[in-house]
Amino acid sequence: MTERQPPVDYIARTRAVYSSLGYPPYRWVANEPLAALARTSKPRSEWRIGLIASGGIYAVGQIAFHHRDDYSYREIARDTPVEDLRTTHFAYDQADARQDPNVVFPLETLRGLAAEGVIGEVGANAYTFMGGIYSASKVRDVLAPALADRLVADAVDVALMVPV
Amino acid sequence: MGLIGREVEARGIPSVSLSSALSITRSAGAPRAVFLDFPLGRTAGRAFDKAMQRDVVRHALDLVRDATVPGTVTELDYRWAADDTWKDGVMRSDSRQERFDTPQYQCAADASLADPECPTCVWLAPA
Repeated sequence: MTERQPPVDYIARTRAVYSSLGYPPYRWVANEPLAALARTSKPRSEWRIGLIASGGIYAVGQIAFHHRDDYSYREIARDTPVEDLRTTHFAYDQADARQDPNVVFPLETLRGLAAEGVIGEVGANAYTFMGGIYSASKVRDVLAPALADRLVADAVDVALMVPV
Repeated sequence: MGLIGREVEARGIPSVSLSSALSITRSAGAPRAVFLDFPLGRTAGRAFDKAMQRDVVRHALDLVRDATVPGTVTELDYRWAADDTWKDGVMRSDSRQERFDTPQYQCAADASLADPECPTCVWLAPA
């Protein structure tokens, strides 16, 4: 094993690429940490897990995402076969995700953990969208509240968020 | 995704994020995260490696139980390759694809199978 390099600083590299193209710098969201964490009093073996993923996942039969600031979402039933899952995205290498969707959408992984009894169950639906939405206000003011509403309606105990 | 995690927390539901982009996850103020130092697009583990995929998700869920400080990020031990030279070439130029405003299917067959009235496709009105 050779010496490790530090993690890739995607914010710095995006800034450098944009600058080289003559674009103004992208204004990344900068938040302070939350004041406090939400908690659940249930043991993990009883948790119902809500899954939200941003890798542009859709199921066969659904309309795919488009690539210009699409902030719609897809509802994917928890028993959807992995073979029916697809990905579309303008910005990340989907070579692995298209062969094994679990790498960006661990629905089957969660089903396995539920079958083992490590968790209680998976929420009735998982929710997916296509990240790389330029407008942070669309995410903050429209998409985030809509998805949070769904998790509340599904009565999940814990949310697992999977960006790419 | 950090913004969504924060909104979910605001409703009283604890959330944890997987991440392979540490700078973005920290800047967005994700409530809790596990960091997997892989190229983007494998946030939940290596393809077909069921044991790793299970372990990544399990670590994330353990963090919900164990983290006490908002913004806690745990780094996982996995390495993508024997050396880290893959990091040198990441985002050194603009590799994004051209962006279209029509649905972009993984394969042509999906377009013909798509339900134009899709009840599980949800479009949101602007705020």
